[in-house]
Amino acid sequence: MTDTSSRENHLLITLDVNGEQHEILVEPRRTLVDVLRHDLGLTGTHVGCEHGICGACTVLADGKPVRACLMFAAQAEGTALRTVESLGDGCGGLGDLQQSFTEHHALQCGFCTPGFLMLAEGFLAECPDPEPDEIREVVAANLCRCTGYQPIAEAIGHCAARRLKEK
Amino acid sequence: MSPTAPHPAPAPHGTHGSPEGDRLVGRSVRRREDPRLLTGRGRFVDDIALPGMLHAQFVRSTVAHARIAELDLDGIREVPGVVAVFDAADLGLADIAARLDRPLHEFVPTDMPILARDRVRYVGEPLAIVVARDAYAAEDGIEAAKVRYDILPPVVSDTAALAPGAPLVHDAAARNTLVDVAMFATEGIDDVFAAAPCVVEVHTTTGRQNALPLETRGAVAAWDAKEDQLVLHTCTQTPHQVRTVAAACLGLDERAVRVVVPDMGGGFGQKCVVGREEIAAAAAALRLGRPVKWIEDRKDALTASFLAREQRYDVRAAFAADGTILALDADVVCDMGAYSCYPFTAGIEPLMASAEMPSVYKVPAYRVRGRAVTTNKAPTAPYRGVSRPQYVMVVERLMERAARELGIDAVEIRRRNVITEFPYTGVNNITYDPGSYLESLDLCAKVLHDEGWYAAKEQAAAEGRHLGIGYSCFSERTGYGSTAFAARKMQVVPGFDISEVRMDTTGALTVTTGTQNHGQSHETTMAQIVADELHVDLGKVRIHQGDTERITYGWGTFASRSIVVGGSAVQRAAAKLGAKLVALGAHLMDAKPEDAELGAGCVRLRAEPERTVSYERIAEAAYLRSNLLPDGIEPGLSATASFDVFDDGTFSNATHGVVVELHEGTGRVEILRYVCVEDCGVAVNPQVVEGQCRGGIAQGIAGALFEQITYDAQGEPSATSFMDYKVPTAWEIPDVAIHHLETPCLFTTTGAKGAGEGGTIGAPAAVLNAVNDALAPTGVELDSTPITPETVQRALESRP
Ligand code: FES
Ligand code: FES
Repeated sequence: MTDTSSRENHLLITLDVNGEQHEILVEPRRTLVDVLRHDLGLTGTHVGCEHGICGACTVLADGKPVRACLMFAAQAEGTALRTVESLGDGCGGLGDLQQSFTEHHALQCGFCTPGFLMLAEGFLAECPDPEPDEIREVVAANLCRCTGYQPIAEAIGHCAARRLKEK
Repeated sequence: MSPTAPHPAPAPHGTHGSPEGDRLVGRSVRRREDPRLLTGRGRFVDDIALPGMLHAQFVRSTVAHARIAELDLDGIREVPGVVAVFDAADLGLADIAARLDRPLHEFVPTDMPILARDRVRYVGEPLAIVVARDAYAAEDGIEAAKVRYDILPPVVSDTAALAPGAPLVHDAAARNTLVDVAMFATEGIDDVFAAAPCVVEVHTTTGRQNALPLETRGAVAAWDAKEDQLVLHTCTQTPHQVRTVAAACLGLDERAVRVVVPDMGGGFGQKCVVGREEIAAAAAALRLGRPVKWIEDRKDALTASFLAREQRYDVRAAFAADGTILALDADVVCDMGAYSCYPFTAGIEPLMASAEMPSVYKVPAYRVRGRAVTTNKAPTAPYRGVSRPQYVMVVERLMERAARELGIDAVEIRRRNVITEFPYTGVNNITYDPGSYLESLDLCAKVLHDEGWYAAKEQAAAEGRHLGIGYSCFSERTGYGSTAFAARKMQVVPGFDISEVRMDTTGALTVTTGTQNHGQSHETTMAQIVADELHVDLGKVRIHQGDTERITYGWGTFASRSIVVGGSAVQRAAAKLGAKLVALGAHLMDAKPEDAELGAGCVRLRAEPERTVSYERIAEAAYLRSNLLPDGIEPGLSATASFDVFDDGTFSNATHGVVVELHEGTGRVEILRYVCVEDCGVAVNPQVVEGQCRGGIAQGIAGALFEQITYDAQGEPSATSFMDYKVPTAWEIPDVAIHHLETPCLFTTTGAKGAGEGGTIGAPAAVLNAVNDALAPTGVELDSTPITPETVQRALESRP
């Protein structure tokens, strides 16, 4: 069993999160989501299952959505991580995707929301002009217990359309 | 009642329209909760980190029913990182005691210990709390527990519980029956059945479900030495009730407990009862003199939290030849699991079903027996809709079955039976306030006709495909007041709410309410009500909830009570403050209060509206220049008001219409169209109401088609992760078309009725009826949920 109090068996890793470098000492078994939330204080990323199904922990690794509960923090070294805290102006002002979410009432309790935002952010970067079916498929990757999903899909579609128009 | 689809225009209602006409009630104002939640700046319970904080997890029973022969925790103490471990004897806490004021033959009290003492009654029951330096070490600690059980035979179903000679879950509860009530028994009902030309029966079971808030339960407990107080941060729908129970279990004055609720990731009823783990975490924090955090993991949330919905109905109904319902006779058995929940008790489901089953129909004769049985399964709590999803399903099945037998159209038979004249006092002694039962039904059927779904169904049949159309027509009692809960004979009677509205020296408003948002948008909707009442910008109003130090008292959020009861208390307190503002403002203008009124952010003279004094100036006088105050007016600007509902509450209503296609080969039920015509009176914020409908419908569909927790013969639960508990995703949940009708509530100033549960109530019945419509050529009729693909496929194969 690991002795959490001793530093033997711990790893010194560097994580690149939202453009900042963080040096931290972690147990090898410590998950990325726990490091983000509890070591770096980035509590916007949430935990709904810890087994890769709900998607509440979704963050971007080199631009791609990943489940931060399924990764050890040590595995994330060398990738550029982005969390919900990086969206918008980074000071609490809303970006266009977040704006679209509030306009469409795509969140109620808001617990799943950071995961859906990062999922959508990664998806739209890859696929800027999606078909409704493609959006639905992406939204189906995560769980939301409050909204019935329709407003989330609408918010993503609307954001995509607005981005295309503004190009 | 006026149809306004799909988005209602901002409809002025009542007598409080601002002279400037910019009423906020009725408008889809952007949610004020959103900016923090969208930027990762919300604060949920697991986001709280206190200096010196430790982490707790629980040693839980691995068997369903046993005496504890030996509980050896010594190995846990050796695990690196573990700080302490406590069992029931170490903590010596009082049990959680939920009570009904009913005689023993109707209700058997069973207390729920915080940690199991000598006996365990379900897999997952907590035996000991392990406290460690981090959550990983706490989990390591659990692995080192040694428990020896003397196994007792488990009781794993309602039928097994009621079988003669069944083992007893609680020695005090003979035949494992916690609640047994017989109600209403209209005189001559047996003769009605004997003489009726048509009698139909429905035998239904519904699966055990988890309300499944995406945020699991959790708490952070810490002693505040300066305030001489335990501070318990926890995600609960009912903070004051948690305070009462925590104080009782811990042996503290209630003053010495402060419950603080952070942002909440849903609740849906699971968090409106008091759990044992938050109390154990608090006790550990007191023992250790350090903050203790407990966050439930998903496995525990699925197996060991509060579940719901497992019920059995044996019901028959008598009909006249023209389809008029003559009588309803029901036997309801609810499998409540191992313990009664606080404050509702195991009566929550059977009493709801028994009291309200006649639903939206004019039922002249009614008899019901409602029972709660105890089994070796995780205990239950109210879950969105509470029994109404089930009895609506049963009653709607009865309607469709009678329609088939009598050769009447399924919509037409409902049209002949729905209540159309209000107020209507039913055979169940409940008085129904005005609603749009017939209108919602007609509109819903019209929409499906106009959209061509009836033609599509015929076309599909010609092609050998299986389309079906189904409806549910139902009401949802909202705004239960203390009289309604007292009628259930609860010993702790929920009902009223208290609100305080305070204006500061800058004219900004702080509003408290005892309701507890967990996704319902109260920070927005309650602020809309206050802003209208006092004619200020929304930005001037800040709503505060979830802190027992700040909120005088409250009953939290459940039973769709918040906008009706809490919203009315908020409105009354604001009106009271408005009266003081008028009195003060008039004085500052050397006028009489009766000659002045509220204007936009000011008090003005009725006769000379251009003569005004701003709220800021009034506030300055009230606080900073109290020498200006007239005799008899106290300094400061705050007002407190309470609200309770003393009649039968107010009924929202809706009709849902569903089109499904059944897929041959896989048995999959695909929902092609979902139409909801809802009437919750005046929608304070229509977009929020639509959100409640859609989210509720998604949960109703989940129960109809997907979710179920079963137990094997040993009482081992089947679902321990999302791999084996199928929560529907965007693939399974369809878009929902929502149409609004508006029959204003007569006793709320806004005209609003509650809207929290309707979606969940209506969906299972509509989906089941649609599936049965599609199955009509096979002659198979299904009455139970979840409707699994296997059942559907088998039915399709049985086609003659
Ligand atoms: S917490 Fe990572 S997928 Fe659920
Ligand atoms: S908004 Fe609550 S889980 Fe999605």
